[in-house]
Amino acid sequence: MLKDITLGQYFPGNSIAHRLDPRTKILLVTLYIIALFSAKGWMGYAVMAVTLAACVKVSHVGLRALVRGLKPLVFIIAFTGILNMFFTPDTHYLWEWGILRVSVKGIENALFMVIRIMLLVMGTFLMTYTTSPIRLTDGLESLLNPLKKIHVPVHELAMMMAIALRFIPTLIEETDKIMSAQKARGADFDSGNIFQKAKALVPILVPLFISAFRRADELATAMECRCYHGGEGRTKLHVLKYQRRDYVALAGGAVILALVVVLRRLGA
Amino acid sequence: MEPILQVKDLTHTYGAGTPFQRSAVEHMSFDVNEGEFLGIIGHTGSGKSTLIQHLNGLLQPTAGEILLRGKNIWAEPKKIREVRFKVGLVFQYPEYQLFEETVYKDIAFGPANQGKTGDELDHAVREAAKLVGIRDDQLEKSPFELSGGQKRRVALAGVLAMEPEVLVLDEPTAGLDPAGRENLMANIRDYHRNKGKTIILVSHSMDEIARNVDRILVLKNAHVLMQGTPAEVFARGEELLSAGLDVPQITRIAMELKRRGVDIDPAVYTVEALERQLLALRKGGAGC
Repeated sequence: MLKDITLGQYFPGNSIAHRLDPRTKILLVTLYIIALFSAKGWMGYAVMAVTLAACVKVSHVGLRALVRGLKPLVFIIAFTGILNMFFTPDTHYLWEWGILRVSVKGIENALFMVIRIMLLVMGTFLMTYTTSPIRLTDGLESLLNPLKKIHVPVHELAMMMAIALRFIPTLIEETDKIMSAQKARGADFDSGNIFQKAKALVPILVPLFISAFRRADELATAMECRCYHGGEGRTKLHVLKYQRRDYVALAGGAVILALVVVLRRLGA
Repeated sequence: MEPILQVKDLTHTYGAGTPFQRSAVEHMSFDVNEGEFLGIIGHTGSGKSTLIQHLNGLLQPTAGEILLRGKNIWAEPKKIREVRFKVGLVFQYPEYQLFEETVYKDIAFGPANQGKTGDELDHAVREAAKLVGIRDDQLEKSPFELSGGQKRRVALAGVLAMEPEVLVLDEPTAGLDPAGRENLMANIRDYHRNKGKTIILVSHSMDEIARNVDRILVLKNAHVLMQGTPAEVFARGEELLSAGLDVPQITRIAMELKRRGVDIDPAVYTVEALERQLLALRKGGAGC
């Protein structure tokens, strides 16, 4: 049940999308998001959809895996769609009932909104599907490096993120185990009102927190034993280096962003 | 007499319909008799943990069924909690499930879920604490102040307090020092002797199994490889070894003696039994 969470899951592979520098991918996703929010009209969205489709194609990540990633968001997507459909003000309405009013513009808005969220989620998932968490944090650290000048603890933040990502599966497994153990003692997580349900979580949360603290303590000791003392003067095993393909990919991203902005200007 | 638990053609498949599909238990069938001490042994990944989580309905079989006193435990899914009170399962490293402020409250969690209150609850808690050797003055302590071995006893008491008809223990002595192990096993043996309740012990250690149980179930690659009394199982020592499993140290010595031409039965698993055989051999006049 808990194991079905695919958020941020990494599918190992050796496609061009996997081999791109993580910084490139972070930048591309940023460009992609900017482009997505600049897109207006069918042409703009079509360009974004085709871009995503092309990226999915070269990444060898199945479309099914991407669509599965949308599942936890179905409610939010549907909610946004419905809100836009019924509450978009317009001069002419197709259908009216109390405060609910449906206009052509409303339907169009709802569709755009739904497509936009889906493309956004699928685009970012494509990055996490093709980049291991460690490379992702490496990339982020490297991109944020200039902020060190103004005393932002970039290395520490990246390390925290790497550790957090590393322990998500461990904690999920641990939660599963503790839940089973408490169920074996007759714990009931499914019935009762909301207060009873919240109270039923105590037997899971207390052991979970204790074990998280214990793990943190052990990890800190293990890191100190290996002379970890922060980012100062620390070298990397895998040094990030831009390749030709990274420049090509970034150029491609810039072109698509430009295209979408031009389409918006033309009002297509 | 009807067996208290019957496992019939049990199969459990994880991740059915995905590329990660894997059967952890395949067509397992066996009975557990009332009042017996059954040992389950097998490698990591042989399906032990998956199997025992079926016995109290934490996992639902993909195929096959589990009968508790002749009744399918999933006959009424709404009442699966009743099954969990009757088949008490103590997980591996159970000390990590403790959560209450005091030892007393933690032990009371299970019986309170059962609906016990007042004197009945108090009696269940104190009785369980006594069974595992927790002193009265320790009951008001925080469980987190106790040592590792004591925490494990508290967790065990938490299940015993539900007064289950069948007690399932998953590697109860893992990670304890030799003295702690022997202590805990002695508690479990006493419980079995005094209460006459059915116990299923899952273990890695052949010696621990050999010393304690009436009957052994050997699992390999999600199947039941063999079952029988310790003597029957260890008589097939060669087979166990070739399956990559261990035999008790004494059995190993007896097997080696046999191989070197000493005329003894290699299916012994206690020092006393081997001693008896060797002495008998000497009296018989066939010097070694």
